[in-house]
Amino acid sequence: MSTIDIETARRVAKLARIRVADDSLPQLAQELSGILTFMEQLGEVDVTGVEPMTSVTPMRLKRRPDAVTDGDIQNKILSNAPDAREGFFAVPKVVE
Amino acid sequence: MSLNELTIAEARDRLKKGEVTSVDLTEACLKAIDAADALNAFVHKTPEIALERAKAADARLAKGDAPAMCGIPVGIKDLFCTEGVPSQAASNILNGFRPEYESTVSAQLRDAGAVMLGKLNMDEFAMGSSNETSCYGNAVNPWRRGNDDTALTPGGSSGGSAAAIAADLCLGATGTDTGGSIRQPAAFTGTVGIKPTYGRCSRWGIVAFASSLDQAGPMTKTVRDSAIMLGAMCGHDPKDSTSADLPVPDFEAALTGDIRGKTIGIPEEYSIDGMPQEIRNLWADGTEMLKAAGAKIRWISLPHTKYALPTYYVIAPAEASSNLARYDGVRFGHRATLEAGDGITEMYEKTRAEGFGPEVQRRVMVGTYVLSAGFYDAYYNKARKVRALIKKDFDDVFAEGVDAILTPATPSAAFGLGEMKDADPVQMYLNDVFTVTVNLAGLPGVALPTGLDARGLPLGLQLIGRPWGEADLLNTAQVLEDAAGFVSKPGKWW
Repeated sequence: MSTIDIETARRVAKLARIRVADDSLPQLAQELSGILTFMEQLGEVDVTGVEPMTSVTPMRLKRRPDAVTDGDIQNKILSNAPDAREGFFAVPKVVE
Repeated sequence: MSLNELTIAEARDRLKKGEVTSVDLTEACLKAIDAADALNAFVHKTPEIALERAKAADARLAKGDAPAMCGIPVGIKDLFCTEGVPSQAASNILNGFRPEYESTVSAQLRDAGAVMLGKLNMDEFAMGSSNETSCYGNAVNPWRRGNDDTALTPGGSSGGSAAAIAADLCLGATGTDTGGSIRQPAAFTGTVGIKPTYGRCSRWGIVAFASSLDQAGPMTKTVRDSAIMLGAMCGHDPKDSTSADLPVPDFEAALTGDIRGKTIGIPEEYSIDGMPQEIRNLWADGTEMLKAAGAKIRWISLPHTKYALPTYYVIAPAEASSNLARYDGVRFGHRATLEAGDGITEMYEKTRAEGFGPEVQRRVMVGTYVLSAGFYDAYYNKARKVRALIKKDFDDVFAEGVDAILTPATPSAAFGLGEMKDADPVQMYLNDVFTVTVNLAGLPGVALPTGLDARGLPLGLQLIGRPWGEADLLNTAQVLEDAAGFVSKPGKWW
């Protein structure tokens, strides 16, 4: 059985940029452990010589000329922003 | 019979003959929708858009060269971006989001003259099997267990679409299917839904969950309707590099009703422990129906079936954790109220904690874990290798001459809302046991109702087809539909 301890749960939450209160970490750790234990069945499968799947249907991704096909839609792009000012997305101060 | 109870095929024929107008059909649906708030299927209603498009459709029909979907009222799952209309994937993190663009699939339906009635309920970011993770509250299944008034789930994630079709609120609806999200709700509501081959429908403008698995498809009252609506939804789109540049067949014309000489595979691994006898009987009956129609029945083996769910629950959260990284409170949707001194990291963390529901948070964190340094090979790469073996299982049986595979669609009938509340998350994942293999292998799969359980709830079977073989698959599905003769409707209580 795979176990995720509270410190690992805290680290995963941090990596995922989701704030998890300290008193919720034990339950999170337990749930993640349960899910990972379920996944561990995969250890039974012999995958010697098997390539990881990259594309489910054999296809060559199409290419197109490297040319501008769109633009001049600044207002549309900013229209849903929680905070847009002077034609930019605004966020809290990043550098002092 | 009210006009909202028509099938797409019936409505199309009557529109062409001038016996009804699209405005008539649309008004009948809008009335039904307003009377069905108890089902919580439509979460954003768009009556003005609907009537405007219905009038335009009538004008086009009068000119005489209208395509099949012209004038047909449909519902659109909330996962599809629709221009100027709320599109929030049933998540609080997209609260207030009104896209400036239209998804390719909904644009194709619009351009074919279909009439959008509104947006349909679903699980948050399509993550769920019961519609209970929705920020709008759950949709409710129109079906009940006999006279028992326990509220049942319509399934998920396309639960609003399924409930709306079953209750005759619209003639067709869009769904999306990442692990079974079209087929499981179709089975729970006595309706028909097809997930096409990966790449058949453009994913552009559909809020992404797991990009290598997501596909859009129609949810309808009959197999013929699915054939008609699918034809309008699919086709190559330069804006989705994984959409296939292949001609779109006339799916409806393929419904010949003749499956003589076709080989139907019955996979032994789908006979799982604890499967109710009713589901076993349904499956055996369906097999007999196809045999009676002239198909050859062959027992087949898909040996890696039992690993499909754990494979899926590595790959889907991994892709989701990457796709959902974009919800950061900067460009669209919700941003948390910040305290003095909070920087950008606090903004991300608080916004995502407030905006994502518990199941979405869980999956994003599982995905983050399996992709993190030190675990990438053990989980993610391992799952991608097992996925290749799951696909090979199908390739092998198709190479041996199997034309389609018959399985149950779900391990049970619709369960009660709230019944799984205290269950382990993995218990809920077991709903996808018969459907998830099809996404992992990129194949087309259709669910259709073929019987009722002892309590009067619909049960469905699934047919799985060859890659790009939707036309043939739908033909087989229609033979099964005709033989099963499923005509039950839920008793109206809402």
